[in-house]
Amino acid sequence: MSGLVMPAPDGATLRNRDEIVADMRIIVPGEGVVDTEHSMRAFETDGLTAYRQLPLVVVLPQTVAQVARILKYCNDRNIRVVPRGAGTSLSGGALPLADAVLLVMSRFNRILDIDYANRTVTAQPGVTNLGITDAVRHEGFYYAPDPSSQIACSIGGNVAENSGGVHCLKYGLTANNVLGVEMVLMSGEVVRLGGKHLDAEGYDLLGVVTGSEGLLGVVTEVTVRILKAPETARAVLLGFPSNEQAGQCVADIIGAGIVPGGMEMMDAPAIRAAEDFVHAGYPLDVEALLIVELDGPGAEVDHLIGRVEAIARNNGSTTCRVSQCEAERLTFWAGRKAAFPAVGRISPDYYCMDGTIPRKELPKVLSGMREMSEKYGLGVANVFHAGDGNLHPLILYDANVPGELERAEAFGADILRLCVRVGGVLTGEHGVGVEKRDLMPEMFSEDDLAQQMRVKCAFDPGHLLNPGKMFPQLHRCAELGRMHVRAGQIPFPDIPRF
Amino acid sequence: MRTFQPTSAEEALEVVRWAVSGRTPLEVIGGGTRRGVGRPVAAQHALDLSGLCGVTLYEPEELVLSARAGTPLSEIEALLAASGQQLAFEPMDHAPLAGGEARKGTIGGVLAANASGPRRIKAGAARDHVLGIHAVSGRGEAFKSGGRVVKNVTGYDLAKVVAGSWGTLAAVTDVTFKVLPAAETEATLVLRGLSEEEAANAMAVAMTSSGEVSGAAHLPETVVGKVLSGRLPGWRGATLLRLEGFAPSVAYRFEKLAALLAPVAAPERLEAQDSRSLWREIRDCVPFADGTHKPVWRVSMAPSSGHRMVMALRMEAAVDAFYDWQGGLIWLRMEAEAEAQALRRQVAAHGGGHATLVRAPAAVRAALPVFQPQPPALAGLSARLREQFDPLGILNPGRMDV
Repeated sequence: MSGLVMPAPDGATLRNRDEIVADMRIIVPGEGVVDTEHSMRAFETDGLTAYRQLPLVVVLPQTVAQVARILKYCNDRNIRVVPRGAGTSLSGGALPLADAVLLVMSRFNRILDIDYANRTVTAQPGVTNLGITDAVRHEGFYYAPDPSSQIACSIGGNVAENSGGVHCLKYGLTANNVLGVEMVLMSGEVVRLGGKHLDAEGYDLLGVVTGSEGLLGVVTEVTVRILKAPETARAVLLGFPSNEQAGQCVADIIGAGIVPGGMEMMDAPAIRAAEDFVHAGYPLDVEALLIVELDGPGAEVDHLIGRVEAIARNNGSTTCRVSQCEAERLTFWAGRKAAFPAVGRISPDYYCMDGTIPRKELPKVLSGMREMSEKYGLGVANVFHAGDGNLHPLILYDANVPGELERAEAFGADILRLCVRVGGVLTGEHGVGVEKRDLMPEMFSEDDLAQQMRVKCAFDPGHLLNPGKMFPQLHRCAELGRMHVRAGQIPFPDIPRF
Repeated sequence: MRTFQPTSAEEALEVVRWAVSGRTPLEVIGGGTRRGVGRPVAAQHALDLSGLCGVTLYEPEELVLSARAGTPLSEIEALLAASGQQLAFEPMDHAPLAGGEARKGTIGGVLAANASGPRRIKAGAARDHVLGIHAVSGRGEAFKSGGRVVKNVTGYDLAKVVAGSWGTLAAVTDVTFKVLPAAETEATLVLRGLSEEEAANAMAVAMTSSGEVSGAAHLPETVVGKVLSGRLPGWRGATLLRLEGFAPSVAYRFEKLAALLAPVAAPERLEAQDSRSLWREIRDCVPFADGTHKPVWRVSMAPSSGHRMVMALRMEAAVDAFYDWQGGLIWLRMEAEAEAQALRRQVAAHGGGHATLVRAPAAVRAALPVFQPQPPALAGLSARLREQFDPLGILNPGRMDV
């Protein structure tokens, strides 16, 4: 990844920069165009800070009409565009390009409609994820997907990345909670997909736009469903002498028909780092820690707590504590939620990975990681969304030591290859972006990728929107559209036909 | 007319390649239970995928099941039930409405129709549970999308766009779905004698409570006798609220909901067995499975103004209606003409949504937009998308045209 190759900047665009900046100022008057090197520095990277690039110009539109004019202007002149929400992507989805307009949606920051009768909120894309919950909390509602960056990340960015969170086994990813979007295509056309009703007419374009990483269009409005907050939530803290036992406990909980609101696992290095940092009371004599949160009506939660305790005992848990009050539940979570900064205290830098595996492969993958850790000479701590098999290995390195970043990246790529080999995938919730772009062929054949790129061609035939992300190589749409038709024999003529 | 019945994904690929080479359109079918939905397909030959049969992977503790596309849904549901699991999106069986034999549909058909049921708002539709597919595009190329794990954002989610495409983008050969535990038990709370407006209000109260209602329907007087073999009689209809889960939870929530709604009407209770039958009948639109071909519409719109839309439509046309609000749906049976324009005008005037003609004689379906027409920019985008999957119009041509 350090040898990341981005699309070569277009010379004509770079030469016309002054004219483009002037035209942007006509479209977005006032403070909405940022073009000095000093002020553009704030936008040179996102949550994947190993990569930095100044954009051609930063534009912060305020109206849908401005977004449409900017995109049409760029489309007509073959100028690339990189959309950006809050810039919290962990996969470099909002990494600027030297010859691209960086279209920042942060000024689209208003809630437009709250409809309790139909349980929906319509918001502009720059509203934060938590901002939606904050707007409806007083009526006892909330928005379910809760990525850990929820105080900062924007709902538009959540749509682009199909963000998850610790509650998505029970409540779904962004894709399962978004009802509609308004979106501007690269041509400047404005389309509405879905709305307050379900399953929009025609093809499920909303389904493919969600998680498309800013390559298909720029979202200008989002309608999500909101849920009534559960009556109560309690957490159980479980310690195990081995990862295998913890893994089996997770399998048995699911096998018993219980879908917890959240189910998180941490390995020994992560437990120690978190405990040293926040003193959550985690046991230090265990190899694996599980936090199982049950939410819902009080009677149901009490009933299920008893069953989870019994399942944990059967699997040899050596620690079992049930939260007795809200403060204690939050303390149980405090260590897990602080796991990343806690690891940041024990290592100058860390690199967060995001593969998903079939859960039963966890022991194999963890032991594989231990071997790689020795091979690369770098430590690794694991936090794990245990319910859905989403791993977050944190690779410890020091960017100031020459070669360590490259080793960390090679280690990370090996982990992801292992995930794919055991039946898993490259990314569970952080997205492909630039980070996993070149690993896509580990998971997909040329034909698989070609069909994905053809979807891109239906939305943006000039490949002007966020190029260099997600696909290792962008083929021209004309080439992708070519048919290789051969003269056909009637297939398998000996089988019966009716 | 030839019907090709491949028994492997490779053979299915071969059939589509042959069709591409001769520019010969194919009608793609599975169990054939949904052939009456959509515009009549202009195809000389049929690609029958019911020979691609069998569950290829089922790991209950991983919440995942893979099957060949032609596997009967009934086989999959029986297998899941044996492990206390289910397809949580409760896919509708379209056969009874069309006068066909129940339980003959395939899992591929469920995906092609993006089927859902009365748990739609809470649990989603097929699109929300499909994890991955293998398919053959109308270009004659095999491709896959997604995977077999329940959380995955690697690449475009082509399985979602294939869901609900009625076989017009790709012939799906293999599917992988997320499966979930089935509820330990269920009960239905019944309120009698509410007007449609009162029912809409009561359902909104229930659905915004913390009672975790997993089904909410209102059957007006004309419909209520057509479910549970007429064992649910009542004047002015019945408003139904389903509670599912662990027994102590259902008992607790039932009491809470009954107390909340007692001022509206005296709550009655249907126990698990009747409750299950009732919601299956609502799911399959059994009240309108009357052996006729009278036009039936499936209207998706936001719940709060649905009854007003129906009242306005009644001024213009003879129509029978019932409401499946956790499905996000109004079901309409027209007494005479399909009245597509009047219906769509009223839907648009009441907050928008979409109306699909799910039953009508072929001649009617040939003359009307069966699926909701789209604004020009969106229609253009959809047409370009189809071109990218099936540039020659080989698979189910015409079926989704408006």
